[in-house]
Amino acid sequence: MQFLPELTLLGAGLVIFVVSLGKSNTDTIRNIALGLGAAVFAAALVSCGQTGELFFGAYQVDLYSQVFKTLIAGALVVVLIFGAKLKGVNPKVQPEYYLFMFMSVLGLMMLVSSVELISMFVALELSSFAVYIMVPMRDELGNMKIQMEAGIKYLLFGVTATGFMLFGMSYMYGLTGSTELSIVIEKLSLMYNQPAAVIAMMMVLAGFFYKLAIFPFHFWVPDVYEGASNETTAFIASVPKLAAVAVLIRLISLINGEGQVIVNVLMVCAVCSMFYGNLSALVQTDVKRMLGFSGIAHAGFVLLGILTFQISGYANAMYYIIGYVVMNLACFLVICTVSKKGENVRIEDLTGLHKRSPIMAFTLAVGLFAMAGIPPFVGFMAKFMVLAGALKAGYLLVVILAAINTAIAIFYYLSVVRVTYCSDPEERDEVSPTMLTNAASVFLLLVIVVMGVTPQRFVDFAATAVKTIM
Amino acid sequence: MDQLLINPDYPHILSTLIFLPLAGALLLLFVRNEDFSRYWALGITTLTGILSIPLLKAFDPTTSKFQFVERMDWVHSLNIQYVVGVDGISILLVMLTTLIMPLCVLASWTYIKTRVQAFMVCLLIMECAMLGVFMALDFVLFYILWEAMLIPMYMLIAIWGGPRKIYASIKFFLYTLAGSVMLLVAIIWLYIHNGYSFFIPDMMWQNYSSTTQILLFLAFFLAFAIKVPMFPFHTWLPAAHVEAPTAGSVILASVLLKMGTYGFLRFAIPITPEATMTLAPAILWLSIAGIIYGGFTALAQSDMKKLIAYSSVGHMGFVTLGIFVLNTRGVEGAILQMINHGITTGALFLCIGMIYERTHSRELRDATGVGKYMPIYVTFLTFFSLSSFGFPATNSFVGEFMILAGTFKHSIWLALAAIPGAVLAAAYMLRMLQKIVWGGTDNPDQSWLTDLNVREICVLAPFLFFVFWIGLGAQPFIDLIHVSVANLLDSYNAFHGHAVAAADLLIH
Repeated sequence: MQFLPELTLLGAGLVIFVVSLGKSNTDTIRNIALGLGAAVFAAALVSCGQTGELFFGAYQVDLYSQVFKTLIAGALVVVLIFGAKLKGVNPKVQPEYYLFMFMSVLGLMMLVSSVELISMFVALELSSFAVYIMVPMRDELGNMKIQMEAGIKYLLFGVTATGFMLFGMSYMYGLTGSTELSIVIEKLSLMYNQPAAVIAMMMVLAGFFYKLAIFPFHFWVPDVYEGASNETTAFIASVPKLAAVAVLIRLISLINGEGQVIVNVLMVCAVCSMFYGNLSALVQTDVKRMLGFSGIAHAGFVLLGILTFQISGYANAMYYIIGYVVMNLACFLVICTVSKKGENVRIEDLTGLHKRSPIMAFTLAVGLFAMAGIPPFVGFMAKFMVLAGALKAGYLLVVILAAINTAIAIFYYLSVVRVTYCSDPEERDEVSPTMLTNAASVFLLLVIVVMGVTPQRFVDFAATAVKTIM
Repeated sequence: MDQLLINPDYPHILSTLIFLPLAGALLLLFVRNEDFSRYWALGITTLTGILSIPLLKAFDPTTSKFQFVERMDWVHSLNIQYVVGVDGISILLVMLTTLIMPLCVLASWTYIKTRVQAFMVCLLIMECAMLGVFMALDFVLFYILWEAMLIPMYMLIAIWGGPRKIYASIKFFLYTLAGSVMLLVAIIWLYIHNGYSFFIPDMMWQNYSSTTQILLFLAFFLAFAIKVPMFPFHTWLPAAHVEAPTAGSVILASVLLKMGTYGFLRFAIPITPEATMTLAPAILWLSIAGIIYGGFTALAQSDMKKLIAYSSVGHMGFVTLGIFVLNTRGVEGAILQMINHGITTGALFLCIGMIYERTHSRELRDATGVGKYMPIYVTFLTFFSLSSFGFPATNSFVGEFMILAGTFKHSIWLALAAIPGAVLAAAYMLRMLQKIVWGGTDNPDQSWLTDLNVREICVLAPFLFFVFWIGLGAQPFIDLIHVSVANLLDSYNAFHGHAVAAADLLIH
């Protein structure tokens, strides 16, 4: 039971593998993938209350990990629903595409539960390598081979970050003589006056910074977001970030008071992420690139929540990343639906969307306003709580800089809303989302509003989950 | 909690007022019938207006406490509460909002031809947020509604606006939002230093250090001065006013601008009294600059909506002048003038909107000489113009008189500097009036114009009624606000008396 979601994923991968051997039409594959995704989600829900240890203590199943697994599975289902047609992926490799997607999710789920350095590494690599292959699986678009460029960039940056992480882990092992997280961190916490310990910790964090796209490990974001197919980008932009935050909280929650140097470095990373992301997003014309840069800025906010080193701060960060993933999925849902043949969507392609498809325009507007942090949506509450937590911890300057960033960010979100609502479609085609996509968008809208208006229950729950790992 | 008064006769009246329009808007989302949405919006706003009447009846003008209070936990871990209440400072603004909204719906009856249902949804959400801003007693609740208001207002300008709507709407949004981000930081700071409470009355009259007060005041000032708008933060206003549809302009002028001055009264003075005293002279002279600048700029406009917009800058300058002279006359005059400006300028925007609906031009020279063909229209326009420059027996006269009286008491030079503003107001309003009613020898052919229909007369008549009611018998209105204002100023003076006594003790 404790291992049920992972086993379901493995089984799902095998089923898709078998399917990929024969020749079935794309509709069947799609329905199978959707069914399997739903099964994974159900399995994650069923095993939500489980606790225990597996694999000689390397793998911990607790409320915290199970909550994240459920969220990851939920995000996977939403991506599968609105990306169902896989417009941007070559029909010949679609079964393989799903196979790698499920394998990547398997890696992420294992990552959430790993409490030992090696297993963490293995899980992270499993999830990363699957995505490295998913990126270049895009259909050829006008001989530009941008998907290949994106794939190579993603791979090279990813491998570099992994290299950093492995190097850091070797330091950790050298300093503490163990690979078990609980022992490593306990011993390490007495050594934070030594540069070696700080460097080790920073290097390990680098691997997860890469996944979450925090400055200075963000360089892959714009090109990969642009080069990968819309569905792949939606996946990369949401699901791995949940797992990355989960691990970041696990790691940082174990640093205690002595790690002031690390705090300072993280704070600089957070502020740089915000400024870099928001300022670069201002000039983008491709919606996916813009969302990529905005994602960098949001990652900075998440880091600000984690930085407070308090349970409430971790809970806020968790609330923030859940809210972010929901808002992000809402935006990508619209992008995938608007894109006719899987081509990239420029901002001007959204012109007059309110006439072409009112529900998509509404979803996009709410998603973007929420990301901009306008009440009453979840983005505002999340930002507010993170800022309140950071100010409580005494980071006045950082809070002011973050507040300024909120003001910068509004401009680019607003300019997208502007073209969707305030101009006529001219001669652009109708957009006709499927029933399932409509249902998904209504669901996401409801979550955005409900989480924004009644944050109490969610934050309390997040705090309960975080307490189980302390 | 001694600042709160729960009125058992009307347990949920304020929440009803806030959420009725919101519920109406949500229902309207599922309707695809234009006529129905017009009647529905009219019905909901009228119902809200009727429901707000008992508020006035049961309001106890002898206490400065917050009345009709409702209170419950919202976000427990952060101690955010849902607390609403009204006192003498906000009651009139609440009434103004509920009164204006049905008239805005009526004024948009034929003006809005596309996407009617979405327009009405925006109006209803606006009403919900505006009422909430005036009633909120929890700072987070206030901030949420203050920001949430931007989305429907942005939509109103950006979708149904004039030719430069994109520029105007984005400027409006960016300006207001950028102004209020520091307010958020100030709110969180106050929360942490007030025992983790967002309850506004608890934050007032506390002994924060001088530097802190100055910083807090500047954060407040940036947010509220942009909203007012005070010179030199006014540049978004003419753009937004000119491009907005009539109903949008009316809401903007009558209600939104008041939130800035309301913010000064509700937050800036009680929370940072020391900084208020330090910085008041600067703000007073900025107000004078706004009055004179607004007057001269209005004099030079050829676009009628722009003219009224710049006159707003001048009128709101009078309001901030009245607030920061910090005596009873001035502050009472300022609150009254907030209402007056809402009535008069709102009505003027409606008048311009009516002529625009006929000629499709806001240029003054296209509207010259309509007096001959639209006698009822120019009658209304004349009264509102007279009211706008404070002609005796109209509402603005009372307000401006009280403000100037208060200013004379504060400093004679300041008052003398403000007087030219009143003269300028007469000059630009009479210029516009003269051109519209009579024009010159080169008037365009206006004979095809039809006079106001019954609906339009119904829209303007209530405004005219209030112009004369406040102009001839302002006492009931002043009675409503007097105790709250007196309490505000007493506390302010007591705070400073206290500070002076403490300083004396230190010296001796």
